[in-house]
Amino acid sequence: MKSAGFTYHRPSTVDGALALLAEHGDEAKILAGGQSLLPMMGLRLARPTHLVDINGLDADLDFIAAGPDGLRIGALVRHANAEHHPAVAEHGPMIAAALPLVGHRPIRTRGTVVGSIAHGDPAAEMPAVCVATDATLVARSAAGTRELPAATFFEGYLGTGLRDDELLAEVRFPAWAPTSGGAVVEIARRHGDYALVGLACRVDVLDGIIDDAALVFLGVGGTPVRVTAAEDSLRGQAPSEALFAEAGRIVSTTLDAGSDLHASAAYRRHIAGVLTNQGLAEATSRIGVTA
Amino acid sequence: MTTVPIGTETEVTLRVNGEPRTISVEARTDLADALREGAGLTGTHLGCEHGVCGACTVLVDGEPARSCLMLAVSATTHEITTIEGLADGDEMHPVQRAMYEAMSFQCAFCSPGFMMSAVALLDREPNPTVEQIREELSGNLCRCTGYESIVRGVERAAAILRGEG
Repeated sequence: MKSAGFTYHRPSTVDGALALLAEHGDEAKILAGGQSLLPMMGLRLARPTHLVDINGLDADLDFIAAGPDGLRIGALVRHANAEHHPAVAEHGPMIAAALPLVGHRPIRTRGTVVGSIAHGDPAAEMPAVCVATDATLVARSAAGTRELPAATFFEGYLGTGLRDDELLAEVRFPAWAPTSGGAVVEIARRHGDYALVGLACRVDVLDGIIDDAALVFLGVGGTPVRVTAAEDSLRGQAPSEALFAEAGRIVSTTLDAGSDLHASAAYRRHIAGVLTNQGLAEATSRIGVTA
Repeated sequence: MTTVPIGTETEVTLRVNGEPRTISVEARTDLADALREGAGLTGTHLGCEHGVCGACTVLVDGEPARSCLMLAVSATTHEITTIEGLADGDEMHPVQRAMYEAMSFQCAFCSPGFMMSAVALLDREPNPTVEQIREELSGNLCRCTGYESIVRGVERAAAILRGEG
């Protein structure tokens, strides 16, 4: 479990980091928390020949900022710091709900929110939360800055829209509406393990009617998976137990889940339906709506 | 800008248990190997070496972290605490004493990691529930005890630290 050798760079500015990425392209990886990258390097699943350590760029990348436009989280914000930050609790309730489910505490001490997004693991919580909240990913390179919508950012297993010369500098979550309820629920074999199936769920209720809904599953495919048919079944309806049960039925009959050592596809589909029910009830109860 | 070329070693100074330790490492050397082989602090154990088992848990600026998932070259700006930093001379740390008395140790390979996690938990939460103890220690694996005696040990440590021991 020792990683192969690499040349280590610890730039003192963000521009310095971007110049290194421009020079080394796909031979370089960014090191932030290292909680996913270093195990992959130890297992030789990743063999970058250049590692660009952005720890030390706190002044530019370690920030949580909330305003009328929403919540911004910089590339060096650790899970543990976001988990206990009042602005995240107030302006990003779904993020706050997801964070305690990310790994185990020692992982959250070092791991970063943005790193988890850049890693793009479909079984992780943060990518699903980004899709469910219509987050924007801000990628910086020596050539400039791009803003990428979460909806199309996750392209495949550990594959994202990030280019080799880009640093994922921050994630922006739109302002959280008081009419929105959110929940993140999952089933894992042990607390802190990757979920067999999880759900990031958002429901907007206006005047007693569901105006919009997002049901984004994690752990079931190569990317976070939206079940639009179930979302559609909710829109324009009044929240009710029967409505949520029907959405769960649609999920468990249409979701394309895989089988592996940990769970069969049939079990994952069943659990996804149960989580749909549970997540919708939790999300609506957070805004004082009872089904 | 710091650069450590592939295949070379560099000197780093880590702050471990309050003392500076200058050792020679490669860029790829993880903090656990640096502590064990460079600083001779073999109380930090290495099990899985990819962040799953928790045996290598140390405190980084007082918070629990996997020393196998940090590079030594990246750890120089932090205050590291290892199991060797808990006892006060021959006097065991209350967490060590409580877990010893509660028979939390069997083969004891996992014990240093459990104790570092427990110290961090009790520092943050002096009066944890059993559920909190189980959750906070869920990142540490033990293959001997079945965890019951470990949870009892942490409860006992909490009581000692509250002055009820």
